[in-house]
This record gives sequence, structure tokens and C-alpha cells, in this order.
Amino acid sequence: MKIQDIVQIVMFLCILIAMTPVLGSYMYKVFNGNRHFMLPVFGWLEKLTYKSTGVNPEEETNWKSYTFSLLTFNLIGFVFVFLIQLFQAQLPLNPVNLPNVSWHSAFNTSVSFMTNTNWQGYAGETTLSCFVQMIGLTVQNFVSAATGIAVLLALIRGLSRKTTEKLGNFWTDLTRSTLYILLPLSILFAIILVSQGVVQNFKSSETVQTLQGAKQVIPMGPAASQIAIKQLGTNGGGYFNANSAHPLENPTPLSNLLEMLAILLIPAALTFTYGKMVGSNRQGRTIFLAMLLLFITGLSVSLFAEYSTNPIFGNLPLMEGKETRLGITNSILWSVSTSSASNGSVNAMHDSLSPIAGMIAMINIMLGEIIFGGVGAGLYGMVIFIIITVFIAGLMVGRTPEYLGKKIEAFEVQMAIIAVLAPNVVIQIFSALASISNAGLSSLNNAGPHGFSEILYAYSSAAGNNGSAFAGLNANTLFYNLTLGFGMLIGRFGVIIPVLAIAGNMAKKKITPLSAGTFRTDNWLFIGLLIAVILIIGGLTHFPALALGPVIDHLLINRGITF
Amino acid sequence: MKTIIISLKVFLFFTILTGIIYPLFVTGVAQVVFPAKANGSLIEFDDRSIGSKFIGQQFDSTIFFTSRPSAISYNPLPSGGSNYGLTNAKLKNLVTERKIRFIAFNRLDSLTDVPSEMLFASASGLDPHISQKSALLQVDRVAKAHKFNTIQKQELIQSVKKLTEPPQFSFLGEERVNVLIMNLELYKMDQNFTNHK
Repeated sequence: MKIQDIVQIVMFLCILIAMTPVLGSYMYKVFNGNRHFMLPVFGWLEKLTYKSTGVNPEEETNWKSYTFSLLTFNLIGFVFVFLIQLFQAQLPLNPVNLPNVSWHSAFNTSVSFMTNTNWQGYAGETTLSCFVQMIGLTVQNFVSAATGIAVLLALIRGLSRKTTEKLGNFWTDLTRSTLYILLPLSILFAIILVSQGVVQNFKSSETVQTLQGAKQVIPMGPAASQIAIKQLGTNGGGYFNANSAHPLENPTPLSNLLEMLAILLIPAALTFTYGKMVGSNRQGRTIFLAMLLLFITGLSVSLFAEYSTNPIFGNLPLMEGKETRLGITNSILWSVSTSSASNGSVNAMHDSLSPIAGMIAMINIMLGEIIFGGVGAGLYGMVIFIIITVFIAGLMVGRTPEYLGKKIEAFEVQMAIIAVLAPNVVIQIFSALASISNAGLSSLNNAGPHGFSEILYAYSSAAGNNGSAFAGLNANTLFYNLTLGFGMLIGRFGVIIPVLAIAGNMAKKKITPLSAGTFRTDNWLFIGLLIAVILIIGGLTHFPALALGPVIDHLLINRGITF
Repeated sequence: MKTIIISLKVFLFFTILTGIIYPLFVTGVAQVVFPAKANGSLIEFDDRSIGSKFIGQQFDSTIFFTSRPSAISYNPLPSGGSNYGLTNAKLKNLVTERKIRFIAFNRLDSLTDVPSEMLFASASGLDPHISQKSALLQVDRVAKAHKFNTIQKQELIQSVKKLTEPPQFSFLGEERVNVLIMNLELYKMDQNFTNHK
């Protein structure tokens, strides 16, 4: 590593830390209904939304209606994206006459975009028309991220309100998140991306004759507008197959820095918003610090692994699946960010990372996507871990566990355990299934333990709603499209429903005032406990599987063994 | 039932707003403010576009600087890398072969350290860049193919250095040379270029 590499990392972290309170306090104003500077710009649009759809913004609902609205809205999105893929050949804006998508691929893709996963079993430039990418996928990029924020807001209200059934209004949460946060940031970001060379037009492609006389078809399309939201909304689904490694999707080191920041920007800032909304900035800061510590630890291990030498390639820098303009440091920084944040976009091929760097990405996903995590999803996932930590700490000292003055009782702990188990069950059971079936094994691109890593990564990515892949795996098969599709559904709604149930139950409770006997959840001791609980749960669940994949892969590489 | 109707209406509203108006608005602004970049940064040469500044091309002839290995042979439909793991025997063999080929093609000493980006395939398969060192290692061979004299060869070395892009703002990303632009420079330096074809 050079000094310049360290400078880039430090600067990345500094900008992230500096932006957190700025965006965080703006989002607080938006969600709290205070005056903010976007109100004169888009306020009329919010009113228009309610007027044209018949939503009463004043009406608040209990957790069951909130959940029902959320599920109905998501279901409609799923059905729509599913249908337009099945009939894309008959629909407009399909200049190169791409054929209709197979039903299982269409199922997988529509689940994937609805659940904020953006797992892509298909190749963008050769499968989906402009129409599907815009009207189908870009819309889901916005609303799936807004859905994540809505769940978080309901949970925060559950924690901060007392003796009520009301958790807020799903439609206003969805609308405000989209209009005041995602949309303005995306417009600004998309235009900056075009200034760096990302394409934004409505052509299908440009055919050129290369200098050497060959024909080259360069795909075009409204890429910048989709890339902006796929980064900001922790979606991750690229316009082109190579995602943000594609030079027209991520042309310069500056576009790369901004795209990386966009991955973590909103999830990090939401910790600040959280602190303000629950009435204690320290609570938000505690969560931010726990996330940051886990992030920096993963990053350090990953960088160390990628810059290490091995007997197979000696001291050659490991440039397989990496771009010259970005180099190794930026590829690793991205891989750690995208896996922490449930984003899933890539600027280097994770399949070709050194085994330990690949494992860090996998662990970040397996821990439950709570290191910053998905927009909204990361923070509500973290609160689940906080509930478990408070519960365990309560057991240790023999005191009724409390969080933010609310008693944590059997119901909350049961729901929290379901939310933690749901994705983990998907990872373990589906990976095992794929490893012993022909349908699972015939899709592998690599032999030996690395082949198993491809499977394990795929189901982790689906269950964690991440979307990145060890992309050698040919996932566009009936078996993978269906199992990964169901994995994504369980990983998303198996967490969202318990979280909303907790929110509903917590809202009913009284708030006990802080006393000398209160177990503090805003100090370094708690940060340590929280990190320990996260690592123990994640570690105990997944270490055996990791040992069979990346760990053996690492040991073999150090003995120079290939397959 | 009321929820379902509201869901449909809200979905329709956001589909129009974020699926149609948003991309159209961004396209409008982009086409007015950055027309060349929004359309792929195409390079015009001899009155036709010969490629995009950002999309690498395959170069096999001795008269050109060569690009990085590509898992898709620089055919962008679709883009992608090899996705070989480091313990994949195919990758190990490819790296050995590419090293032998690069050394033989450029008539280099067999002990030359070939920069790693010339041995490993890129992530997109369309990487337009190589390192300055990789470009300089090719200068002798290219100069010979163009029958350059010593002065012209020195000029070629100078233009490699001139066309080397430093890290952005001097610290972001890596130093690099755009192979297509470097090869276009050869046309300026060699008036009889077309005769070599």
C-alpha cells in the first residue's frame, strides 16, 4: 500500500462522518414534519400525491394496518415488474427487440428489486429493455428504499411514543422519504455522474468501427439516473452487467468516490436522525460508533488480505477482476462498503478477490446487514440486535431489561429472535441444498472450496438483501431463480414483519424514567457488548460453513494448490 | 379494499414520477449541459466515431499499443470479468501464458517484470487503461513497427508520458494511460500510418 491509498481511505471516512449529522438533521426535520428547505421546492408535490391518491396524511394506523399497507404496496410492485418482463417484446422502448424474459427469471428479478436486494441473475444490456429498466426497476429502487425507511420510522415511533396503538401513516412515510430525500439527492447525484462520463440518453446502443477495424456495439441508455438511486437507495442493481466496474457506469476515480459515499450516506445519517427522534443524540452516536468499528475492522482485514502475497502469483498485485483506474484499494473499500450496506453494487469482481477479502464481504452480509446496512433496514436490524443485547445483559445482572425506558419482554425477544433467524436459516438450508444437488452444482464457475463459496455467497446475498455475487455462478437457472427468490422474500419480510410487531407492542408500553438503576445503552461498555453479541451470533451460525469455503480456500492458496 | 385502491394509486403516481419524469428530467439536463458525455464520450476520427473514450478496444497488431486481457474480448454485450477464483488452475495457466506472450510480442528480456494488469483480466472486460509502465514496455516494439528513427522513438516515449493521466486531483484512483487515445496519437506521429495496415 502507498501513502496515497491511506489518504483516500481516511478522506472517505472523514467525509462520511462529516455528512452524517448534516443529512441526519435534515432527515429529522423531514420526518418530524418541521420546516425544511425542500418544502418550498417539492411541498406542492407532496400535496398533489395525497390529493391524487386519496391518502389522508393526518390519519395514523396501528401496526397491523401499517404492515398491511406495506405488504399490499410491495405486492403490487412485484406483480407489475413481473408482468412487464413477461411481455417486454410487446411493450414500447425496446429498440433492439429483446425477447420476453422467462417466468422464473422474471420472478427472481421482480422479487429482487421489490425487496431492495437487486440480485441480478440476468445481464442488463442483453436482457431487459429500456422500458423495463426505467418504469419497472428504477421505480422499485426508489420505493423499496422508501419502504425500508418507513419500517424504521414505525419502529422509532414505537420506541418513543407511549401507551398508544398508532405507529404513523405508511403512505406519508413513503411519500416524504421519496420526495424529500431520495429524489432530490438522486437528481443531483445523477447529474454529477454525467459530468464524469456516465451515459444518460434514450438510445439503445452506438455501433462504432474500432481503430483496428472491428465492429463494436456500445450499449447506451438512461444509466446515470438509475445508478444514482441504486447507490443512494442501497439497491445496487447495475444498468450494465459489470455494474460499477463498467467504465460507462463508473468512469473516473471521482465518480467512484462519490458512488462509494452514496452507498453509506443515508444509512449512516439515519443513525443521527434516530438519535434525535428518540430524544437522545448519544443513542444515535452509540449505534454509529458500533457500526463504524465493525466497518473499519472488516476493511483492515480485507485490505491486509488483498495486499498479501501468495505462492501461486508471488508478489503480483491481484488485478484479476479489477479496473486499472480504480486499483486495489478502491476495489476493497467498495467491496467492504457494498457488503456492509446491503447495497450489492460492485466495482470489482468479488469472485476473484483473495479468499479472505471475499470472506469479509460474506461475513458483513451474514451478520445481518447491520453495519450501516440497507436504507432503513440496517438500522432496524441493528435495533433487533440491541434488543437481544439488552436482554442478555439483563439476564446477566438479573434485572428486567429495558431499552429507551421501555421494558423488553418475552414478546419482543421472540420477535427479535425470529428476525435474526429468518435470514440465517435461508443461508444455511438453501446453501446445503444447492451443495448436494446437481441443479445447484452444475452452475459453478470454480472448482474446489471456492465453488462452495460461490453458493454460500449467493444465498447470503439473497437472504441479506444485498445483491452482490461471486458472479461466476450461473444463477439464471430454474433452481437458483426460485430458491434465491424465496430466500430474498424470507430475508426481507421475515425481518420486516417481526420488527413492525415489536414496534406495535412497544408503542403500547409506558416509559420508565431514567434512574440510577437503569442499564445504560449509550456508552462504550454497551458498544462492546453489542459488537460481541453480533459477532457471537453471526460467528456461531456461520463459522462452520465459512470454514468449508473461504477458510480452506485461503489455506490452499498458501500452499500453492489450484483446482 | 380501500388499502388496495390506495396502493394502486400511489404505485401509479410513483411510477410516473420516478419511472418517467425523473429519468426524462435528468436526461434533459444532461443532454443540455454535458451532451458529449451523456452520449458516451465518443471519439470522432476521419469523420466517423471510432469508439468511446471510456470503452477499451482489442488491439492485436504490432503497430498498436495493446490493451489489458479481457474475459469478453472487448465485446460489450454483455460486459463482465472472468470470475475465476485465485485457486482456479485456469487462471494460473492464463497468467503464465499471457506473461510469455507479452514478453515475446514485445521482444523483452525474459526476466522482465510484466505489470500485473497485463496478466489479469479486468472486471468489466472493457478497461480502457493500462499503467504507464505497461505502455513504456511496448514502445520499442511499436516504434519498430512504424519504422521510427531514434528521435521519433524519443517523441513516442514523451507522448506516453504526456498522455499519462495522474490520479484525479493527484490522489484519487491510479495513474493510467488510455490505450485508444495513445493509439490515436500514433496517427499524428506517423503520416504513413495507413500504409502499415
